Amino acid sequence: MEEHIAIIGNGISGITAARHIRKMSDKKITIISAETEYFFSRTALMYIYMGHMKFEHTQPYENWFWEKNRIELKNGFVSEVNHKANELVFASGEVMAYDKLIIAVGSKPNKFGWPGQDLDGVMGMYHKQDLENLEKHAPNNQVCKRAVIVGGGLIGIELAEMLHSRNIPVTFLVRENSFWDAVLPAGESGMINRHIQNHHIDLRLGMNLKEIVADDNGKVKAVVVQETGEVIDCNVVGLTPGVSPNVDFLKDSGIELGRGVKVNRFLETNIPNIYAIGDCAEQHEAIGNRRPIEAVWYTGRMMGETLAQTICGNKTEYKPGHWFNSAKFLDIEYQTYGWVFGRAQEYEQQFHWIHEDDTKCITVSYHKETAEFLGINTFGIRMRHEIFDRWLTEKRDVNYVMQHLAEANFDPEFYSVYESDILSAYKKSQLQTT
Amino acid sequence: MSNKLDHSMSLANPNTKGVSIQQKIALAIGLVGLFILALAIFNTNFPNQGVFLTLSLILITAGTILFANDLYLKKLEGIKNDGVWFKSISSRGILGWLTGVGLTAFYIVLYFKAELLGLGTNGEANTGLVALFDPLSRILSGNPASQWFVYGTLYTVAIIVFGYKFILKYRHNRYQQIRTVSVMFFQLGFAFLIPEFMARLNTSPEYNLPYYDLKSMWPLNYYLFDGWSLDGLLSSQNLGLGMLIFGVVTIFVISPILTYKFGKRWYCSWVCGCGGLAETAGDSFRQLSSKKMSAWRIERWLIHTVLVFSVVMTIAMIYTYLGSDPNKYWLTRGTFLAGAATILTLVFSVVMIFKRKELGKDARYGAIGYFAIIISLLIMHYTGTTNEVFFIKSGSLRSAYGLYIGSIFSGVIGTGFYPILGNRAWCRFGCPMAAILGFQQRLFSRFRITTNGGQCISCGNCSTYCEMGIDVRSYAQKGENIVRSSCVGCGVCSAVCPRGVLKLENDTLDGRINSNEILLGNDVDLMDFVNKK
Repeated sequence: MEEHIAIIGNGISGITAARHIRKMSDKKITIISAETEYFFSRTALMYIYMGHMKFEHTQPYENWFWEKNRIELKNGFVSEVNHKANELVFASGEVMAYDKLIIAVGSKPNKFGWPGQDLDGVMGMYHKQDLENLEKHAPNNQVCKRAVIVGGGLIGIELAEMLHSRNIPVTFLVRENSFWDAVLPAGESGMINRHIQNHHIDLRLGMNLKEIVADDNGKVKAVVVQETGEVIDCNVVGLTPGVSPNVDFLKDSGIELGRGVKVNRFLETNIPNIYAIGDCAEQHEAIGNRRPIEAVWYTGRMMGETLAQTICGNKTEYKPGHWFNSAKFLDIEYQTYGWVFGRAQEYEQQFHWIHEDDTKCITVSYHKETAEFLGINTFGIRMRHEIFDRWLTEKRDVNYVMQHLAEANFDPEFYSVYESDILSAYKKSQLQTT
Repeated sequence: MSNKLDHSMSLANPNTKGVSIQQKIALAIGLVGLFILALAIFNTNFPNQGVFLTLSLILITAGTILFANDLYLKKLEGIKNDGVWFKSISSRGILGWLTGVGLTAFYIVLYFKAELLGLGTNGEANTGLVALFDPLSRILSGNPASQWFVYGTLYTVAIIVFGYKFILKYRHNRYQQIRTVSVMFFQLGFAFLIPEFMARLNTSPEYNLPYYDLKSMWPLNYYLFDGWSLDGLLSSQNLGLGMLIFGVVTIFVISPILTYKFGKRWYCSWVCGCGGLAETAGDSFRQLSSKKMSAWRIERWLIHTVLVFSVVMTIAMIYTYLGSDPNKYWLTRGTFLAGAATILTLVFSVVMIFKRKELGKDARYGAIGYFAIIISLLIMHYTGTTNEVFFIKSGSLRSAYGLYIGSIFSGVIGTGFYPILGNRAWCRFGCPMAAILGFQQRLFSRFRITTNGGQCISCGNCSTYCEMGIDVRSYAQKGENIVRSSCVGCGVCSAVCPRGVLKLENDTLDGRINSNEILLGNDVDLMDFVNKK
């Protein structure tokens, strides 16, 4: 009898692990989820509400794929892990035995104990159920006269874009004094502030939520702003102040938890034959500049790839390469390679260039003393991952990178190019600093 | 307004989601223009046809332009697919079905019952819709209009006004704009005006040029080698002979070179008229093409079968046109057949020797099967085993091809079914030209779509908006380059990608196909390990 690998969670981490295990072995694989029957791409939920895609388009594999590859899908909510007996207990009371267990349950939206945070019409934007909830409470601008979004991260701005696509007025409460300024340097963050406002989204910087007010039926009626006491009437409140690992069901399991499931570099927990990957996994020690918990889509994918190797006999350490990421702020694409800090580190020098149309900019980070290239943020200009990966590995100096920036351009053909503008601005800035 | 699709066929609930007042006015203007055409179809004979035709075309154009302006110019530049799946017209809703059925009916009448549109038969004058176009036709070619002139005019207007809409929609994207200007130019100049002007030359008794769209290549214009076409060309002295030679050179020299350099997109999405209509008027339907594996299977068999059919039919046509007497024809039947067999064998052997590994198993079997069929037919004929079965009936073979492929497939289904099957159903499942160019693209072109390392988040926008039904995401999420025969290089996958993952590129042939599943972003050791396996 082949070993039975049980995977809790059908997000990108769990699915990638399953696919790679199947490629390399004949093990019995079961994927358990209570959210949806088939794997879908969570990152695409917003496009369903916006009418760009139907739910079926967010499913990367056709429905026959799972049976053909002998990956069993089980609908159910795991309420308990009994590692002594190698058993999972479901909320329904059902029990399932496993030989190896992969925990890939992802995260849940944060809630910070605001009064009214569980009212009807208050929601995060993370699960498929959130989307259904939004469709119910904000189908159009007649039912939802105004929506308030609390929390200035990537999910917040996506939710703003979603509501905007249906002409629903949006007030966006951001705690920071500039959008996402914990991550983005001031020049970039400022440009995004203006871009948000250009879409007629009511962006309120430096504002916190005090409470959410209910009407007689227990539905959202308004929110109160902490700083000004202003009452904003609204029918929907989106809470998007980040996510945290979805690990409450493991509290008494004997599996070591921090904020997430504690794992070593081999993605092993303190219990043999139990592993954790994706958003719910927490490294004992952060890897490089990365955070111990990385709620990023592609790290989930990479952990799935790595763990599949380990499970199939090629014990492999999780070694994410150079940091990269991307996002889209309404109409502006953002890519980052290496490290550019929102507030420059002591050793870090940043060069910022912004185009006069206020929709394109880049920030290049390098070491003050050694001039080693450390990272780049680009907005409105596409860059090639492979080339920056190589330059970071080769520890190129910043002058080389600036001279060769055109090689890394990934914009479509016939697009205007800005490398020579950027280079001359860079040279000018170097003259001023020396 | 909910995003649940309306599956009731109720006509009481016409879908007007997100239609602003300005858009309603624009729709009204355009519909009045169409109404004039509709009246003409029902045989209203307008007193001053020139005025009413002009009025109709201006109203249609103005309506579309006003609509597009209101739709896109009020918003910031960027991808604007909001509500595509909520709109009845673009999600196979009631309006979509009505449009599909209406277009299909129009095509059936156009191809098989043109007299219903008012085409004068047996030397009678035109009436109705066709008569409405007489003044314009006389200006251009000097002749009264035919149903094909009516169709050509409307087709050209559609490409130009919807091309304008497309350019506004993608006004942040230079690739899309330039490409659209290109298809508008080729449609207006090469497909519409030049052939009409050429028809004027036929007033001289020595000239008998067929209607010839210079950019339309065999086998898309399968009639190039028809008897009447060859007669016309050969009787028109040097100009006709030059055009015939140009036609042959485009097939064997110009198009392979361009496809090598740029992929088949130079033709399919920059020049071709069928592609032009699909990219402009058909843009609202691109998301409807099926991405299922089963659709891909059907596509591969169907399109290559059409190609084989068209090759056999063409060989037969030329064969019957030629004589056997070497003194009368420099090219005799015998040498022609031997030549055709040699060329086919040569192409087949070169592919099997040098590019075998790049073909899938079913593609190899298919190629061998089709090759065997054609060659055995040629041998059977050449050795005199059969004289009747096949080539003698070349006329009926030709008319079968013209009816089933040229009319029903490319027109009735290919365009009529836009709102049901997506805008490239003909290009994807039936076009023999696309099959030939795709074959070249897959095997020896510098074109590919590169994917940007580990940045793909599998959202699926690329696959949804691929008009050719390619599951782009399945490649992008693995970081694999995309080298598919069917890709027409429209570039919309790259445009709609929210992470900047896809780029159309012409580069060296090395490393074009990176079939190893690369794990970009991961540690290099693991990548080495996986790639070595």
